[in-house]
Amino acid sequence: MNQACDLAIIGAGPAGMAAALTAANRGVNVVVLDEQPEPGGQIYRGIERVERTRARHLEWLGPDYAAGANFVRAFRNAKIEYLDGAQVWQIEAPANDASPGRLFYKRNGAVGQLSPRRVLIATGAMERPMPIPGWTLPGVLTCGAGQTVFKANGLAPQGRFVLAGCGPLLLLYAAQLVRAGVKPAAILETTFNHGAALPHAWKFFTTPEYWRKGLALLRELKAAGVPLRKNVTQLVLHGDARVREIEYQCGGKTTREPVDQVFLHQGVVPNGNLAWSMNLAHAWDDAQRSFRPRLDEWGRSSTPGIFVAGDAGGIVGAKGAHATGRLAALAIAADLGKITIEGRDQQARTPRAELAKHQAARPFLDALYRPAPHWLAPQEADTMVCRCEEIRAGEIRRLVTEQLCPGPNQMKSFARCGMGPCQGRLCGLTVVELIAQCRGVPVPEVGYYRIRPPVKPVTMGDLATLDVPVRPDAVGL
Amino acid sequence: MFKLLPDTPSERVTVLVDDVTVQVPPGYTAAAAMLMNTDEATRTTATSNQPRAPYCMMGVCFECLMEINGVPNQQGCLVIVSEGMRINRQQGKREINV
Repeated sequence: MNQACDLAIIGAGPAGMAAALTAANRGVNVVVLDEQPEPGGQIYRGIERVERTRARHLEWLGPDYAAGANFVRAFRNAKIEYLDGAQVWQIEAPANDASPGRLFYKRNGAVGQLSPRRVLIATGAMERPMPIPGWTLPGVLTCGAGQTVFKANGLAPQGRFVLAGCGPLLLLYAAQLVRAGVKPAAILETTFNHGAALPHAWKFFTTPEYWRKGLALLRELKAAGVPLRKNVTQLVLHGDARVREIEYQCGGKTTREPVDQVFLHQGVVPNGNLAWSMNLAHAWDDAQRSFRPRLDEWGRSSTPGIFVAGDAGGIVGAKGAHATGRLAALAIAADLGKITIEGRDQQARTPRAELAKHQAARPFLDALYRPAPHWLAPQEADTMVCRCEEIRAGEIRRLVTEQLCPGPNQMKSFARCGMGPCQGRLCGLTVVELIAQCRGVPVPEVGYYRIRPPVKPVTMGDLATLDVPVRPDAVGL
Repeated sequence: MFKLLPDTPSERVTVLVDDVTVQVPPGYTAAAAMLMNTDEATRTTATSNQPRAPYCMMGVCFECLMEINGVPNQQGCLVIVSEGMRINRQQGKREINV
């Protein structure tokens, strides 16, 4: 089965849904593939079920989350083919304007194939790895994971739990739990350089939507009596079969206390393996301390026919993602002759103005919540970096300084680092920071892993069922 | 371990977690069913048998690999439970069954 379509969108979060709606309304034949069982992305995770069956949870999760309900409804009601639970493992770009590309996915245990004329990658963000001693212990999750099981499952931690790291999500998740009657033992803030954010403060104050929210969260947590420890350093998690204790320094004092669960977070970065696997040109974003695909003002990548929108193209937040999704869809609709160039430019005015508004808040947030250097490149030799292949920071440093391993791809050959099931998603940025630091060069000089398809697990059996013509030259016949 | 918050519908699906019958709300993922029932490892690593448990719950970390209905190496956070589903912890490397 090989289905033709105008546009394939990967991801049903704010960028993917906004793009799908915009394109479909202009007569573009759209297929949206998303890995999750329901639309909404991580930000509106589970929104349909929460709205239908858990009214109080909707209140606790807050109005920004609740706003997703109408958005997802519009998406469901539009003339869009939506494939839930679909894992896209390979995309080949269109060779030219006349021929379509090829997209392979797995869904309900079977493989499928699309021939899209245009592709929009809207794979969103993932949480930046936070490699501290003990972060692989059971009972340690990301803040996003905690929030996901709240949204999708109505689950909350129990016992003594702590949130640690930096970024708005830390405060938001804590506040959502407090509203549900579940109080964190403490929030350990690792934000270290408030001064660096100051030059961007004036611009941040032009975005009341953001700073008012931040202040309200802080007030809410204070009123609830949640201890907020600032300038926390030297975070260490101790345990055996699971996490048992958390140790940290704050105000020159070391504290070690029992803990049942820990939620870590130090910001989000583009969830980029699909974009990397297509060899899209990337740039290093020093403010966000991550790579992102090089895009033009419409989200057009370096490869013709391939677009990127939302956080996958550099962190813009949910509302910024919504705007970039619409912009990409307008460019695609114009490319496909559904609207004129004049129409595209005229209709782009609103999303472009909205995007500018949301981008105004970024420099301040990026600077304030820049992760501390020792959690970008862990100092302790024992800290796990590649969780899958169990490669620790000390080993990576040793390979660079003693064996002269120059980059992340060589690190794969030297140590299998980044070659486990997560395909480098959870170690990539840490590995390149470590190598750059050891070599004394900037990160872009070190580069990133060469990510190859399949970017999702497929079996030989899956591949064997594919309806693709065998190229004699490819099999040596 | 995670607990269910109040004001959650009472409907349940019965699944087997390591051969023990447990009840979870419909729409749960296999990984969420695990988090509700254990605070220890849901797998041990292929490399050195380290204890691991679900970490990201969004499909990127592969820490929630488990055996679901007899098929090993499934991302538990992406599989929705169904009545009678057998969810097992995964110990070390998976075996290849030919």
